[in-house]
Amino acid sequence: MDLGFDVVDLGPADHVGVGEEAPDFVRPLVNEEFWEDVALSALTADGPVALVFHPMDGAFPTTYLWNEIRDRDWRTYETEVVGVSISDPYRHKRLIDERGIDHRLYADPGNGVAEAFGIAHDLDGMAGIEEPRLAVFVLDADRTVTWAWVAREWPEFPDYDAVEAAIEAVEPVPTGTA
Amino acid sequence: MTEAPFTLYRLQACPFCERVVRVLDDLALPYRSRFVEPMHSDRDVVKRVSGSRTVPVLVDERTGVTLTESANVVRYLETTYGEATADAPREATVREPTGAGGSSTAAEPAEGGDR
Repeated sequence: MDLGFDVVDLGPADHVGVGEEAPDFVRPLVNEEFWEDVALSALTADGPVALVFHPMDGAFPTTYLWNEIRDRDWRTYETEVVGVSISDPYRHKRLIDERGIDHRLYADPGNGVAEAFGIAHDLDGMAGIEEPRLAVFVLDADRTVTWAWVAREWPEFPDYDAVEAAIEAVEPVPTGTA
Repeated sequence: MTEAPFTLYRLQACPFCERVVRVLDDLALPYRSRFVEPMHSDRDVVKRVSGSRTVPVLVDERTGVTLTESANVVRYLETTYGEATADAPREATVREPTGAGGSSTAAEPAEGGDR
């Protein structure tokens, strides 16, 4: 069947897998008011983290993704849901404002974090720029990957229900119910 | 990150902020940087911390002191942590310039890239 358009097949990525320790990194972490260097390990020290890698702020998959996360109220999880893209802190702040995001976003203009996670996307060879594939890594408080999904097509979106199930599986047990 | 005894609220390319950075570096004092909103009117976090929207703002986590205006900050750092004072931090020298909460920050209104 000829649909008249092409979804690009990116193929499998050689990414950090379930059961492995996620590589630690330090990058500017952006909130609606300021940005400062924060280590991933500093976030996991406070509990589980879901790292959401996405295309540049302004690309439509990024808009779709954060609208969905906002509508699903992922900010209510104990697990901190954190974004990562190559966009700079000022652009991140604009995205936070535009999309009503209640999450912090890592700025990784050099794409080194995506490289470390094995999910870099070369953007069809565009010169001097690359970005992460859309990907989600759920990490427990030891920074061990408990669930991972990496896009194999461009564009491709995660199964949000599956992400929620993965987050709920690492959520700390509420005190008093154990 | 959480270890640094100083938190510096700063603006990119703000000369007043760089003046404070230079003194922190000269005194080998570790600090964490929080880069804030260029638009003065949007700097609510700075206002919550210091009582005004100007930068730099330096928070000394060890003494709990919050300082505004680079001249005040530099004076505080040099008197409290400079070689001349040698011994322990002297908190007494600190409080009067900003009234601890930075309530009187009328001087140097141009500081921090006001527009």
